[in-house]
Amino acid sequence: MTFVVKPQTHHPKLPLNEIGLTRRDYEGSVSTLCAGCGHDSVSAAIVQACAELSIPPHRFAKVSGIGCSSKTPSYFLNKSHGFNSVHGRMPSVMTGANLANRDLYCIGVSGDGDSASIGMGQFAHIMRRRINMLYIVENNGTYGLTKGQFSATNDKGSTSKKGAPNLYEPIDLVSMALQIGASFVARSFSGDKHQLVPLIKAGLRHKGIAFIDVISPCVAFNNHQGSTKSYEHVRQYTHNVVNADYIEEHDEIIADYLPGTREDVAMPDGSILRLYKLDEAYDPHDRVGALNYVQRHQEKGEAVTGMLYIDPLAADCHEIMDTVQTPLNELVEEDLCPGNKVLQSINDSFR
Amino acid sequence: MSVSYNDFVIRFANVNGSGSASANSMFAKALFRMGIPVAIRNIFPSNIQGLPTWFEVRVSEQGYLGRREGVDVMVAMNAETLVEDIASINPGGYLVYDNSKPLAKTLQRDDIIEIGMPISNMLLSEFTDPKQRSLFKNITYLGALTALLNIEFDVLTGMVATQYKGKDALIAPNIHALEIGRNYALNYLDAPLPIQVKRSDQVGDRILVDGNMAAGLGSLYGGATVCAWYPITPSTSVAEAFELHANKLRIDEQSGQKKFAIIQAEDELAAIGMVIGAAWNGARSFTATSGPGLSLMSEFLGLAYFAELPVVLWDIQRAGPSTGMPTRTQQSDLISAAYASHGDTKHPLLFPATPKECFDFAAMALDLADRLQTPIIVLSDLELGMNENLSEPFEWDDERVYDRGKVLNAQELDEVEVFGRYRDVDGDGIGYRTYPGTHPDKGAFFTRGTSRDEFAAYTESPEIYERNMQRLLRKWDTAAKLLPAAEISSSAERVGVLYYGTTSLPIPEALDLLAPEGIRLDTCRIRAFPFGEEVKAFIEEHELVFVVEQNRDAQMRTLLINECEFEPKKLVRVNYYAGLSISANFIHKSISEYYQTNKLSRLTEVQS
Repeated sequence: MTFVVKPQTHHPKLPLNEIGLTRRDYEGSVSTLCAGCGHDSVSAAIVQACAELSIPPHRFAKVSGIGCSSKTPSYFLNKSHGFNSVHGRMPSVMTGANLANRDLYCIGVSGDGDSASIGMGQFAHIMRRRINMLYIVENNGTYGLTKGQFSATNDKGSTSKKGAPNLYEPIDLVSMALQIGASFVARSFSGDKHQLVPLIKAGLRHKGIAFIDVISPCVAFNNHQGSTKSYEHVRQYTHNVVNADYIEEHDEIIADYLPGTREDVAMPDGSILRLYKLDEAYDPHDRVGALNYVQRHQEKGEAVTGMLYIDPLAADCHEIMDTVQTPLNELVEEDLCPGNKVLQSINDSFR
Repeated sequence: MSVSYNDFVIRFANVNGSGSASANSMFAKALFRMGIPVAIRNIFPSNIQGLPTWFEVRVSEQGYLGRREGVDVMVAMNAETLVEDIASINPGGYLVYDNSKPLAKTLQRDDIIEIGMPISNMLLSEFTDPKQRSLFKNITYLGALTALLNIEFDVLTGMVATQYKGKDALIAPNIHALEIGRNYALNYLDAPLPIQVKRSDQVGDRILVDGNMAAGLGSLYGGATVCAWYPITPSTSVAEAFELHANKLRIDEQSGQKKFAIIQAEDELAAIGMVIGAAWNGARSFTATSGPGLSLMSEFLGLAYFAELPVVLWDIQRAGPSTGMPTRTQQSDLISAAYASHGDTKHPLLFPATPKECFDFAAMALDLADRLQTPIIVLSDLELGMNENLSEPFEWDDERVYDRGKVLNAQELDEVEVFGRYRDVDGDGIGYRTYPGTHPDKGAFFTRGTSRDEFAAYTESPEIYERNMQRLLRKWDTAAKLLPAAEISSSAERVGVLYYGTTSLPIPEALDLLAPEGIRLDTCRIRAFPFGEEVKAFIEEHELVFVVEQNRDAQMRTLLINECEFEPKKLVRVNYYAGLSISANFIHKSISEYYQTNKLSRLTEVQS
């Protein structure tokens, strides 16, 4: 970790976003994670994405569980409320938060221990309820804070720092999310900001649950030879299938610069998710196809990355439940309390 | 033969899932509508169909609502439990049974009166549908009871008409089945019996409702918008009641959309996590569970205590430990609720005793949780939650404003010079909070279960940690002042009796049973933890205090000793924990025996 205190001032020529803020307005406190930690790159990508979307920084709600990844909400969006809850339970806290105020942008940050082990039940259930949020797992295959035990996403045969192999099958959160009903599923790599930032932007604008599994190497315990979640291994064995660019109405449309077959996906808010398919046969709207594709490549030892599945018109939890448009936390007595006259007729029904 | 009115216990022994519950409820409701106080106890198994179930109605002109030992009239409709059912009848009592098959000689008792009716055989010729033949057995004995006990027949026929409104085809056969039973009793039996009912005015404006219904309704009136829960007996009907009423009373007129959100969570951990998340984001929220769920919620309760978030948690207690007897009642979660979670953690508790109090406490708990920024646990139990109890009617003051506690909005934040989430500005141990999304620049903070300073920044400083823990104790003292006070009735006796929740039901009767023995007791009904000054004074002012409760380990007594440092010998334990509700007879016997054994002076001795 660094002990350098962030300067309060910033360069006067930093670019301003649509609401007149700079990227610095979206930053958080100084990270206490190890130098080179993939998680810090994810935090930086979140900062960039939020700034580029020009959403007022206080309109986010950040929730996390416990672990290295769950510390990171301190390191972005200082002007928004954050909640570092208990291990594996970010999804339930976020569910409550989203029920209370549907207007906030919800960012949930979790890790592979947090989501694939202790919190696997909650991970699964928030996917099927389609809470309107961005769910990021910073996936490094290891328990960092407790000094390097294998996590449940660690590949079978991948070795620990001391050389011992992992004996058990890995849990793939992307496959689970696809299977359970998430309406936005992506995978990326903390070292690939060009891929990650548009995915985060699209995920924030997506109505419903947006899940991004970000492979984020642990420099302290899982970055050695023999690990399948090291920077080196991930760069070599990822299979990028669909790149994405997120274009808001106010964005200047630059000429296509990414390779692949282009497809524009209209988002409900009028923005466009521009996809570039590197494998022409891949259909990011086919849930079962995506699941097959991911698992076939996994058999070959490859992690498929990119915008893997999206249903831009899927209903979110509030729509499923048919709650009022006004955030529930803004309702007052006259909205909520039926009054004594009604109560007296209820009394009569008990006589 | 002398006739007694409105004073007996009737018990129906049935097979679970045979449709008996609605017939038996109609029986109780009919007496209630005749103005007679009734206490209903559904003693049911953890089973959907096939196991034995009992339904007991205590009929009491004096208004005694606690359980009374012994049965005066047994309606024995379950062959499997016939032996124990017959054995439980008081000498001189009545056995009502289906004599389509004759009663075995070995089961006959000389000291009870057998009332046999060929129920199955009669229905055989009246109904062709086998399902109706089976279901109407219940209705037929109900009809016979109207004659045997002198129940106003039109009250029952009126109820059948209301119950099947819209399904009119069912009204005639039900009434016919009632008449079959009634006519048989009038023609062939010695009806009415010397124990009878007669119209009374003892019910007044009271209602007949279960505590869980009241809790759900009170939560709605109290402004809860988020309910997250996981099914567990006997708490399930709290969330269901909230949903039932919300679907009627919380629908936006223009859009038809819901002004509430209910989530049936994947487990109790998620349920309370959702409640905490919603509360953090400014919505009033609650959950309901029972013992096992409370255990699962412990970690989150510690977070809510330390991060200071409002939570309302209903624990409808059942018999533990572990799965215990899941459909039997107990008051055995006091300690696990009061000190739920690791570390130095404690939570305010509320102890409702009636449905009215469930309603009131539901709304009050939401206010208290917001005011104190901490979990409030309401400890009801199966007896109160799942049985229809005679209760004062619900009332709501239309002028009432929800107390949302210390929450700063954007304008107030602008006016505040320094905002620190955990600063004790007012000296009551409670800081000011803000909801997410309130202000562009001010008032955002990080909520965490880790140690932090007044400005919500992480710290491991020993001084700051200790200061924070001390402030939480100041908040605890504030809580003691805000919680509902104990109900005390004092005639300056030397000995007192202390109780809470449903243990209150048999107390008036127990006192009446003790009085002729010269035992007079002052009473204190505790309604909340931490204890108010009035509870401490009550114990201090008495030489001896019986603590009556429905658990093995005298958990309330432990709390009193632990929190107030009373001399343990002064607090005498009276504990019933066998899973039925505590009876006046048990309390009477326990206290009477203690007087005898310890040669305590009685009123008569003092006077002589």
